[in-house]
Amino acid sequence: MALFRRTPIAPLEYSRTLWMRLWVGAVMLFLYAPLIVLMIFSFNDSKRNVVWRGFTMKYYDKALNNDALIEALVNSLTIAALATIFSLILGAIAAVLLWRFRFPFKAAVDGTISLPIIVPEICMGVAFLMFFAKGLNWPTDLIWPLNLGAITIAHITFCFPFVTMVVRSRLASFNREQEEAAKDLGAGEWQMFRDVLIPHMKPALVAGALLSFTLSLDDFVITYFTSGPDTITFPVKVYSMLRFSVTPEVNAASTILIILTIALTAIALKLQGVKTIAETH
Amino acid sequence: MAEQDWKANKRVFAAVSLPTLLWTILFFVVPMAIVWVYSFGENAGLNEIRFSGTLDNYKRATEFLYLSIFGKSFAVAALVTLICLIVGFPVAMAITFASEKWRPWLLLGIMLPFWTNLLVRTYALMILLGQQGYANQGLGALWGGASWVKTLVGLEPLPTWEPVQLLFNNFAVVFGLVYVHLPFMVLPLYAALDRLDRSLIEASLDLGAGHFRTIMRIVVPLAAPGIVAGVMITLIPALGAYLTPDLMGGTDSQMIANVIERQFKKANDWPFGAALSFLLIYAMFILIALQSMRRKVPEVR
Repeated sequence: MALFRRTPIAPLEYSRTLWMRLWVGAVMLFLYAPLIVLMIFSFNDSKRNVVWRGFTMKYYDKALNNDALIEALVNSLTIAALATIFSLILGAIAAVLLWRFRFPFKAAVDGTISLPIIVPEICMGVAFLMFFAKGLNWPTDLIWPLNLGAITIAHITFCFPFVTMVVRSRLASFNREQEEAAKDLGAGEWQMFRDVLIPHMKPALVAGALLSFTLSLDDFVITYFTSGPDTITFPVKVYSMLRFSVTPEVNAASTILIILTIALTAIALKLQGVKTIAETH
Repeated sequence: MAEQDWKANKRVFAAVSLPTLLWTILFFVVPMAIVWVYSFGENAGLNEIRFSGTLDNYKRATEFLYLSIFGKSFAVAALVTLICLIVGFPVAMAITFASEKWRPWLLLGIMLPFWTNLLVRTYALMILLGQQGYANQGLGALWGGASWVKTLVGLEPLPTWEPVQLLFNNFAVVFGLVYVHLPFMVLPLYAALDRLDRSLIEASLDLGAGHFRTIMRIVVPLAAPGIVAGVMITLIPALGAYLTPDLMGGTDSQMIANVIERQFKKANDWPFGAALSFLLIYAMFILIALQSMRRKVPEVR
């Protein structure tokens, strides 16, 4: 240890004490070991996740040739992309509404908009099941991608409040004199929104987009209740695979999803830098 | 500059309020209202539901079976929250006091699992905890080591290692929920600790308090709002957890969400499921009301 320690540990440098390092290391091991084991065993040439029997890619081959699985993945990505776009628009509009205006029943509106964040997923799932099945008689035999409509609507509903939350905290740092300056210089409402407000909101929009995309891609419970027999998403498909037959194919499919998550994070890092991403959460 | 009155700019107000209100009412308030109305209905025939305004569903929810499941869900969620707090607090401290270079990467390390698919993480944990998974192999190796030490000092060796059941029981549910919810706890704790005035800690140390005492008497009280936020953010989703008890629990580890799900799929008793859903939502409201009462206390001072 002494070799690496150039300066003595200051009283507040808790993260440099040995106990703290061991603790953080143990927690990181706890968080990552299961994922790493899963990824390693996706290359294992054995039916069971127990002993290493040599390297193989055959489960990736199987997973990629599993039409139902690929269809589920395409569905999930389509839903996530649509939900992200609409959540960004709706979330930003709601944030502007709550930030800019004073109006009657504002507290009630504010509370209702953020309610989907705290209402348990299972209750939202149940509500959408009843709403689409009994309330709307939503048709279930539409062609792709229209058949994903119900799930997408459900996803937008639970994603956009998160966007609102992030954008609103960003808007709090907006200097309203900029708005006045823009108006003095002859900008209309729309121009002001497009050229002054949106650039200011940009970091929050990136963070909100990342949040919506991952929330949508991640969701199982609400989708499980909203999806019909022809509209299986990736988590729902993996769930049924897990329930009925655990094969290394699930490992391969999961690894693909983990890599997708890491890639998304890397893109966000490239766009924003690690500090901003960390701070917006 | 203060907020603008909505009358001052009705056109813009309409443009931003209409989409928000329409969406929220149509796709959130209305579905919730349907559940609420259903909770006062009763099954009449296979697919018919009569809305008779009955309270029978709520009465049935107070039967011992359902009350005990509610109680158990609370107990599990509280235990999970407590473990997350104990495990997460030092991590949040370490992140707060880490060097500029390391801090964002440590934060990212906590957040990346949070972004990873919940189902994938649960499945990964199931592999590890399985009958022949690494957790069992590790315990077996420890057992073997203990046995070896005992023979070394001349005692009877331990009986041969039997793999323990780590999955499909209550232990697995708590373990899985801690695994899933730990990032929820660490992030608000970090946010609170980061705002802390460090000179107060230094003052406490200078005045002769030890590190442990400083943390308990200075850091914890000052970070209380963050601790409360972290507790709420962990407790609420843990209480409504469906996937972890479903996949990792045994027959006796059902939580309230699993019971609700069963009313809508297998048992096909939608009104009763609706009543249970609303009871769960009311429980959340009570928790949040308690939190906001707690928050008002320091402001009065």
